[in-house]
Amino acid sequence: MSKRKVKDSHLPVGECITQLQTILRERLCHQQLPTQLEGVEAQHKHLLELLKRTAVQGESNSVLIVGPRGSGKTMLLKCVLRDLLEEQEAQKNVLQVHLNGLLQTDDRIALKEITRQLHLENVVGDKVFGSFAENLAFLLEALKKGDRSNSRPVLFVLDEFDLFAHHKNQTLLYNLFDVSQSAQAPIAVVGLSCRLDVLELLEKRVKSRFSHRQIHLLSNLSFTQYLERIRTQLSLPDDFPDARFAQEWNNSVESLCEDKLVEEVLQRHFNSSKDFRSMHRLLMLCLSHVSVVNPAIKPADLVEASRMCLSDAKANTLHGLSILELCLIIAMKHLNDVYEGEPFNLQMVHNEFKKFLQRKSNSMYNFDRPVIMKAFEHLQQLELIRAVDGSAAKTQREYQLMRLMLDHSQIVEALQKYPQCPTDVKQWAMSAFG
Amino acid sequence: MASLLQHPGYEKERLQRVAEQLPCREVQAGMLLSLMGQPHQYSYPSIFVYGHRASGKSHVINVLLKELQLPHATVSCVECVSVASLFERVLLSFFGCDAAALLPRSPSLSDFVRVYRQQRSQSSAKETRYVILEKAELLRDADANLLPALLRLQELVEDNVTVLLLSEIAWDTFRPNTGCFEPLLLHFPDYSKGELQQILALDRHPSYSAEFYSSYINILLGVFYSVCRDLRELRHLAALNFSKFCEPLAEGKVKESDTHKLWRNIEPHLKKAMQTVYLREVSSLQWEKMQQAETEAGALRGLSAHTHVELPYYSKFLLIAAYLASYNPARTDKRFFLKHHGKIRKANFLKKNEKTSNHLLGPKPFPLDRLLAIFYSVVDSRVAPSASIFSQISSLVTLQLLTQVSHDDQLDAPKYKCAVSMDFICAISRTVNFDIVKYLYDFL
Repeated sequence: MSKRKVKDSHLPVGECITQLQTILRERLCHQQLPTQLEGVEAQHKHLLELLKRTAVQGESNSVLIVGPRGSGKTMLLKCVLRDLLEEQEAQKNVLQVHLNGLLQTDDRIALKEITRQLHLENVVGDKVFGSFAENLAFLLEALKKGDRSNSRPVLFVLDEFDLFAHHKNQTLLYNLFDVSQSAQAPIAVVGLSCRLDVLELLEKRVKSRFSHRQIHLLSNLSFTQYLERIRTQLSLPDDFPDARFAQEWNNSVESLCEDKLVEEVLQRHFNSSKDFRSMHRLLMLCLSHVSVVNPAIKPADLVEASRMCLSDAKANTLHGLSILELCLIIAMKHLNDVYEGEPFNLQMVHNEFKKFLQRKSNSMYNFDRPVIMKAFEHLQQLELIRAVDGSAAKTQREYQLMRLMLDHSQIVEALQKYPQCPTDVKQWAMSAFG
Repeated sequence: MASLLQHPGYEKERLQRVAEQLPCREVQAGMLLSLMGQPHQYSYPSIFVYGHRASGKSHVINVLLKELQLPHATVSCVECVSVASLFERVLLSFFGCDAAALLPRSPSLSDFVRVYRQQRSQSSAKETRYVILEKAELLRDADANLLPALLRLQELVEDNVTVLLLSEIAWDTFRPNTGCFEPLLLHFPDYSKGELQQILALDRHPSYSAEFYSSYINILLGVFYSVCRDLRELRHLAALNFSKFCEPLAEGKVKESDTHKLWRNIEPHLKKAMQTVYLREVSSLQWEKMQQAETEAGALRGLSAHTHVELPYYSKFLLIAAYLASYNPARTDKRFFLKHHGKIRKANFLKKNEKTSNHLLGPKPFPLDRLLAIFYSVVDSRVAPSASIFSQISSLVTLQLLTQVSHDDQLDAPKYKCAVSMDFICAISRTVNFDIVKYLYDFL
């Protein structure tokens, strides 16, 4: 028996890497549900009990799950639903309706979606209803089973709850909460929102029907917990086919997390955001380097991934500008310094540039006006400069007022990295300030 | 070269072909390939690719997806006037025309997701599907829910699909107010001078040697590199001017290795190209014709030359008067246009600094009466105020040499602005022997 086990558990390296990638990608990209959620046990218990009461005992409830983006609201809900449906009675009875504020932008569309998800299109047929409330009542009535006097419990999940609050009269929300307060049918309304002030968005009559039950997912992770979480995200589960490979991989992940350089990099990421998503983005970039040639994540990979995540997009854009365009940007910077950020137009910029050319007395950059205009328009298309609102369309193009969308430090940094920047241009940029 | 593009999930020959088609972009292609992973694995739901135009973003992605035969839908957001065309395109590419026909008349995002889900349950993805959106900056102006929904498409339709957004502009301006699912950001750096040379040299004409063409590209870059780094523009310019470069060689005057003579021949030509073809003042057809017609240096009229129309005598003076009215402050009229203007206090008069120079700020509006007053003092003969004068003002507005600033309803006191440049007005005043610089406040 044991001999057979040893023989089966050894796969070629390529196969192992493929399996590894598949598993980790499911975890990082596809938000696969973990078996155990860490750090949110209390919230998990609270929500599970609430939904159990609806599913099994027929009690109506409403709750809001609130937390910033990427803090794990959907993951929590999905875990709870998975645990709920493990119970026989709940699985038999409960119906689920999932609505999303991004998709169902209108109450009418939302109602159609509810009808569809409850599989009641045939029942509704071509009926015309007077109001939203009538329609909803009809749907819930239709769910009554043969001999039972109560209808089946329905679980309404509203993703992007704050977008539903922008609908006209908040009809859907009013009716759902109304049904949850009155004894019509057992429903549970679970809203997920990223806005902490979502209750302020509700009208008074809607708010009064809501149970004011909120579950907050505000993470208070410490840095060691963050490191631990990264380690668990990267580790392979025990049921990996090649046990030896899994062990080696997990050891390499452990040593990675203990490396000094890696800790510094992760500290920087931790200081800017602690949520799951930015962690997954960073880990995904590291994972993409893992291959047969490179079967473990090295500290250098993590440093490179961090650099990619934190690079400044505007500085990258500045790197690719032509010299003429760069000179125009420097001229705009000087104008901003002298006139303290007041908007400028092409005439002023050209004037400033001409002053530079007179000082240098070399004709290398002596371009015609239309060529400079084309360079200026290119900068406008890249959105490095933007027209000031209120500039009427009647002003000529060279007199239209613009603002520079770059910071002093971004320009200085870009100049350092600019390939083969002529020295006189650099000197011009560094003069007159700092 | 090919060693950067190695991946277990794809065949070696195909990757080799991909590497041949993507010079100087192996690193980025390798990065994309490693993010994509093997076809059956999941990839990150949305990736934002940004970089300058003509830096190879669409090219790399299209070559990769076509050669590796992965299911993809390419949509350019410029072509999608309404979201319906976007949805139809995606459903058509993934599921065929029957699926696209299932969409209702003016589909909402909800309809699209519903139809996609239906189709997915019938034919689920064995390989990752890719949706490529070019010119993604236009998505910001579409409905507010479209961009966040596309970023999360994998989650909404529960399928193995990845959305690639290609744009010139940085991600910071795309973010909606309440946040969204942040994509992975991938930067395509611009080509360096050496890389540009390498890529442009690939276009070489078969009947000339590679070194000859490289020297031509060198000269071209020497003239244009400080102004423009766009690969497409440079290729266009290289193709247009090569025949002129080869001219002395064809005539037998110089040998291939006489770079100095060749440079002397082509350089003024390239400078001329910068003023005309580069600015699209002349079309490439006109440019080529001009080259064949040999030495007609002055005959090339660009588009802006057509604005130098021949105006009648009084119109010219009206235009000059309008220019003076726009660029001189009203309080200085007395000094310039009255015969006996008396003493003007200098201190008050000469208070101007460079910033408020009217030539930097732009023309100011003026009422009709002021224009006529200046006109009568500027024109040298006696003119009666007849309808013909007023109609000439209207025709100047139609020619867009003057702009009407006041509302169309105001008939009794219309206001105008002068919309011509300094060079134009100097040329006009020269034709009527009028020294305009003497009358301009900024040049006192």
